Amino acid sequence: MSKEKIKISEALYDIMPSDYQDLVKSATYGKEDRGWKDIGNNKELIEQHSLCAGCPESMAFRYILASLPNPEDTVMVGSTGCTSLVFPMVAVHNIHSLFGNQNAIASGLKRALSVRFPDRTKDVVVLAGDGATVDIGLDMTLQAWFRQEKFTTICFDNELYANTGGQESGLMQKGFVAKMAPVGKLFDKVRLPEIARESGCHYVVNCTVSKPSLVEKVIRNAVHIAREIGPTYLQLYTPCILEIGKNSMEGLQEMRDSEKPTERFAYKEYVSEPAKQLLAELAAKDKERKAAAKQLAGKA
Amino acid sequence: MADIHSVIGTKNKKGQTYTDTWKLMNEAPRTPSFYTGSEVIKEAVRRASCDVMIAYPITPQSEAAALIGELFAEGYIGDYFRGESEFAVMSQCAGAAFGGARVFTTTAGPGTMRAMENFPMWSGARLPIQMIVTCRGINSPLSIQPDTLEIAYLLNTGMLVWHAETAQDFFDWILKGYMVSEEPDVHLPLALCCDGFFVTHTKDVVNLTPADMCLPPYDPYRSPVPCMDMECPPVRMMRDPFVMKSNYISYATHASWQQEVWAAVERSRKHSIKWLNGLIDVENADAEIMLLASGTAVSQSREAIRLLEDEGVRCGLVKVKTLRPWPEEEIREATKNAKHIFVPEFNVTGWLAKELKATIPNHERVHAGPRVAGGMTMPPEIIVNEIKTTLGLKKSFVMAGRGS
Repeated sequence: MSKEKIKISEALYDIMPSDYQDLVKSATYGKEDRGWKDIGNNKELIEQHSLCAGCPESMAFRYILASLPNPEDTVMVGSTGCTSLVFPMVAVHNIHSLFGNQNAIASGLKRALSVRFPDRTKDVVVLAGDGATVDIGLDMTLQAWFRQEKFTTICFDNELYANTGGQESGLMQKGFVAKMAPVGKLFDKVRLPEIARESGCHYVVNCTVSKPSLVEKVIRNAVHIAREIGPTYLQLYTPCILEIGKNSMEGLQEMRDSEKPTERFAYKEYVSEPAKQLLAELAAKDKERKAAAKQLAGKA
Repeated sequence: MADIHSVIGTKNKKGQTYTDTWKLMNEAPRTPSFYTGSEVIKEAVRRASCDVMIAYPITPQSEAAALIGELFAEGYIGDYFRGESEFAVMSQCAGAAFGGARVFTTTAGPGTMRAMENFPMWSGARLPIQMIVTCRGINSPLSIQPDTLEIAYLLNTGMLVWHAETAQDFFDWILKGYMVSEEPDVHLPLALCCDGFFVTHTKDVVNLTPADMCLPPYDPYRSPVPCMDMECPPVRMMRDPFVMKSNYISYATHASWQQEVWAAVERSRKHSIKWLNGLIDVENADAEIMLLASGTAVSQSREAIRLLEDEGVRCGLVKVKTLRPWPEEEIREATKNAKHIFVPEFNVTGWLAKELKATIPNHERVHAGPRVAGGMTMPPEIIVNEIKTTLGLKKSFVMAGRGS
C-alpha cells in the first residue's frame, strides 16, 4: 500500500479520528530502519489493547509490530485466543477466521496476493497461540511447511489454553497440574521447533520476548527469509501470568528465569543454508546502504 | 485493478476475451458438446476467470477437481493446489478470497460435513467463493452413492444454495453464480449443488459458449467489507471478532451482522431472478396435482408426468432452482390451485418437503414423497405409483420406457 493512500484530504483533516491523523503524521510506514526503538516516538501499529495488565503477550505484540519490515504491505492472520482480542486494534489488515486454521488461511491468502500482485512484496505473518498452532491446528501448521508456503508462523507459547481459563495444551510442561490435567500433564512438551526444522522451515527460533532487540532481529530475519525462500517459525514464550499465578509485575522475570541455558526457552536458532546465504546478502546490502547514507550526510 | 467495464473486449494472458457476462450467456454462439458433468465443470471454470482453485480428493467430485488441475497446467487459473483435508481446503479458499481472489472449489458428502465450520465463516466474512457440491451419502456405514442430505445442512449457513438439475444447468449456473454472488449488495458464497454421479458421471449434450470468451475478472474492491490486501487503509473494525466478552453492545453488533448476512441472501433474489430467469420453473400451473422437486428429481418428475398423461392424469411441475434464497412467493403462487403436492426427493429426511410445508397454506396438501435414499435411483414409476396410491387410482406396474 502506498503511503499516499492514507493521506487525509486537508478539507477533512480536522474531522478524522485522531488515529488516522497520527498514522499520517507519524506512522512508521515506509521507514526501512523501523524497529522497537520507535515505540513511544512514532505512531505504533498498536496503541491500546484489551489484555490483562502486565501481559507479556502485549509486549510481544508491540515488539513484533514495531519490527515488521514492511507493515504497509503486511497482512497478519490470527486465530481464536487472546490474540484475537488485540487484532482489531492493530493497524495492519488482519484476519481472524476459525480456531486452528490460521496456516491454511495464510496459505490461500499468500497465494492470492502472489497471483494478484506478482511484482510486489506482500508479506503474510501468522500469529496464534499454542493451542491453535500445536493442538487443533497442527495438521495445517505442518502441511503449510511441507508445501513450503512463503510466510512466517509465530506461536505465542504460553504453555496452556489461556483464553479459556488455563487448560492443558500440547506445549504445556510434563507434570504441570492444570484444568483438564487434574493429575498433572502426562506427556512431554511437544518439540515443535525441532519438528518445524524437520518439516522444512528455513528459520526456526525458540526464545522469550524479554529482549526487544532480539525479538526485532528474529522477526526481521523470519519475514525476509519467508519472503524469499520458504516457511519460517518462531516460538515465543509469552507466559499467561494469570494462569501460572504471577502478579502483573512478574511477567518479565518469569521469562528471564525460563531463558536460562538449562531452561526450556534457552535461545535456540536454526538457519538453513539458503537462509544463511540470504541473511549474509541482506546484511551486506544493509551495510552498503548505511555507508552510502553516511557519505551523503557527510557531503550535506 | 482496472474497472471491470474497462477490461471488456481486452484479452487475458491465455488470449481469451473478457466478455460482458450478459452477452456471453445470452448472445454468444453455443456449441453442442457431449460431456460428463465433471467435464462440464471444467469447461465452465475455463471460462470463469478464476484466480485460485483448491482441490481435495473425495468421490464423486475428484474427477472435476483433477480436471481443473489440468486447466491450471494450461495456464487458465492463477494458482491451484491440493489441500490436506476438506476443513483445510475451505480455510485456504477463505484465505484466498480474503486476499481478493475469485475462488473455486468442489466437495462432496462427508467432506462437505468435515468442512462445515467454514461455511458460516465464509458468509459471515462475505466471501463470494463458489463451491460445487456433488452430493453423496454422509452417514455411516460408508457409502459413495448419491444422496442429497448435505444440502439440508447447508441451508442455514448463510450461503446461497442452488440445486442444478442437469449438466447444462451446471455450465450456465457456475458462470452466472459468480455474477450473483459477487454483487456488492450480496457478496456471499454460493454452494452450487448437484446429485453426484447422476450429473457428474453421466454424459449429456451441453451447449457451451466459445472457449475463447471468459468472464470479466473479479473486482475485490466492490466488496462491502475491506479486501485484506493492504491496498486500503486498515480500519479498527474489519472482519475481526467483535470483542466477545459479555456486553450488550457486542451482542447487538453481532446480531445485526447476522441479520445483515441473511438480508444479503434476500437481496440476491433479484439478481438470481434476472440471471436464472426466475427462481423456479413451472409447468401446468393450473393442474390440481403438482410435483415439486429440485435437482435430478425434477427430471424423474418430468418423466412421471409424461407417464401419467398417457393414462389421462394431468399433473404439473415446480422445479426449484434456488434453495437459498428460498422462492417462497413463487411457490405459493405456483401451487395455489394444487389440491395435492408431491415432493420426490433423493434423501431419507425429506428436507425439501419440510421447507415446502413451512411455506404454503393448507400444508396437508403436501405429500412428502416418494423418497429414495442411500444412492438408489428413483424410477419415474415410483413417483407415478405414489401419486396413484395416495389418490386411490388404479396402480400400473408397467415399467414404461424399459422396453416392457
